[in-house]
Amino acid sequence: MKITMNSFEIIRAGINTTFQDEGRSNLNHIGIPFSGAMDKRNYMLANCLVGNKINNPIIEFAYQGPLIKYKGNQISIAVTGDVIFKLIKKETEINCNCYENYIIEDGDQIDIISTNKSVYGYLAIGGEFDLKFQWGSCSINTKANIGSNEGRKLQINQKIKIFNINSDQTKKKLNYINTKIEKIRVIKGTNFDYFSKEGKIIFFEEEFTISKLSDRMGMRLKGPKIENEVDTNIRSEGLIKGVIQVPADGNPIIMLSDHGTIGGYPKIGVVISADYDKLVQLSPGSKIKFQEIELSDAETLFKLYEMDTQNLISQLK
Amino acid sequence: MIKNILNLGDAALYCDFGKAVDKETNSKVVRYFENVKQKKIRGIINLTPSYNKLIISFDLKITNFEEIKKILENLDVNESQPRISKKIEIPICCAESFSLDIKRLETKLSLNRDKIYENFLNEEYFCYMTGFIAGMPFLGDLGKDLRTNRLDTPRVKVPKGSIGLTEQFANIYTFESPGGWNIIGNTPLKIFDKSKTEYPNLISPGDTVIFKKISLKDYENYNE
Repeated sequence: MKITMNSFEIIRAGINTTFQDEGRSNLNHIGIPFSGAMDKRNYMLANCLVGNKINNPIIEFAYQGPLIKYKGNQISIAVTGDVIFKLIKKETEINCNCYENYIIEDGDQIDIISTNKSVYGYLAIGGEFDLKFQWGSCSINTKANIGSNEGRKLQINQKIKIFNINSDQTKKKLNYINTKIEKIRVIKGTNFDYFSKEGKIIFFEEEFTISKLSDRMGMRLKGPKIENEVDTNIRSEGLIKGVIQVPADGNPIIMLSDHGTIGGYPKIGVVISADYDKLVQLSPGSKIKFQEIELSDAETLFKLYEMDTQNLISQLK
Repeated sequence: MIKNILNLGDAALYCDFGKAVDKETNSKVVRYFENVKQKKIRGIINLTPSYNKLIISFDLKITNFEEIKKILENLDVNESQPRISKKIEIPICCAESFSLDIKRLETKLSLNRDKIYENFLNEEYFCYMTGFIAGMPFLGDLGKDLRTNRLDTPRVKVPKGSIGLTEQFANIYTFESPGGWNIIGNTPLKIFDKSKTEYPNLISPGDTVIFKKISLKDYENYNE
């Protein structure tokens, strides 16, 4: 029997479950952050596993994910990241693997139990969620209530309609493991010289711990104090993701995808683009070190990272 | 007019227009920003003008620092392009329940509240930039006798519509958010309206803003 309406019903919302896509560009000048999926590689791979275009809207979750009941015609789903999840069917429960698609049917439940020593995971469906776009993107920014779902996290008992189910539901599987990163490579920031000689040495040689006070806007670090000898404030100016600001207390804050468009703390460094996806996956309590790198090397590393991503994508075609 | 172009990480340019924070420098930034925006340069994904800087971020899959830098260096900037600017009147209610930091300011500035409001309401303000999370306007300059630091400990929640002062600047909280500015009142006017997809901000860089005091009754019955 063909069911006329397909939907997800949220039985448990999870800690921070949102819809995300590539984000919204060219709006920083009016104070609207970029947003978008935090870990772009895993976002694209999830879409590829269910036969979508790489930039379809998707469900992003952090730590504990949602428990979802599906109603409708059979559909393909996939989860990426480092995630423990299972499918609850009428008769059985299946412990599932990331980077592999599964077919679900009317009444099945997807239980995303948690991410494993990482932060973000992605759930893609072979079809389209019924979402309102705002400024060309569905990405939810909960701080400014911008994006689909009225700019709010997914809520318990909420229903999300699904349409345009992909007819191609062939099995796809990728042999891929998320590698952890311990050294985050950075390019010196525009205020690098604001910091004392000792402060600079601390920044590149000591270990920092990721604090619990981290979210989609920023990642706070704790470690030995980085001394500033010029000024702990600068005139507010534009920010980009990956910028490492050091406020008066000497503890660095790394700007992440939902960061405010401007800020007034000195910039000691910027995380290179090639390391961003791995950076955002570091969970509170993890230890990191920074390593200095030149612009030209950062550009080469990004090319390699991008080639790697394209290679993974082409394996799923 | 740009003093210096540096790279900010591997996917952005940092255009420095000099140290000064004044109308003249900021107008240069905004004019330059508008010119770059109109050129629709391939790969640029954001332009963020501020008092005296312009940050340009780009998609490293499409272009790179040297390429954009070269384009900018050869850019034909129309310096005489007139700026479209508006004069906007913002109603402000200074009732006790809204003026959260007026007592602190009285002490810090050694002025009584009547004098603080009189000085504040007598000035016209220039919008330097809009930013943070939802079109917050950064206005200036405050008279010298109204300038003071941020709160020692920022508030966890500043109510939406709050008007705050810090150093030479005033701003309006378009959204309930954390913040450390000295709050002197609240406006019922919607400064950021996300339903206006074309342009959600009431105030744009270059605009002139004047504040007009309204009573609590007017505030409560306010109808845009």
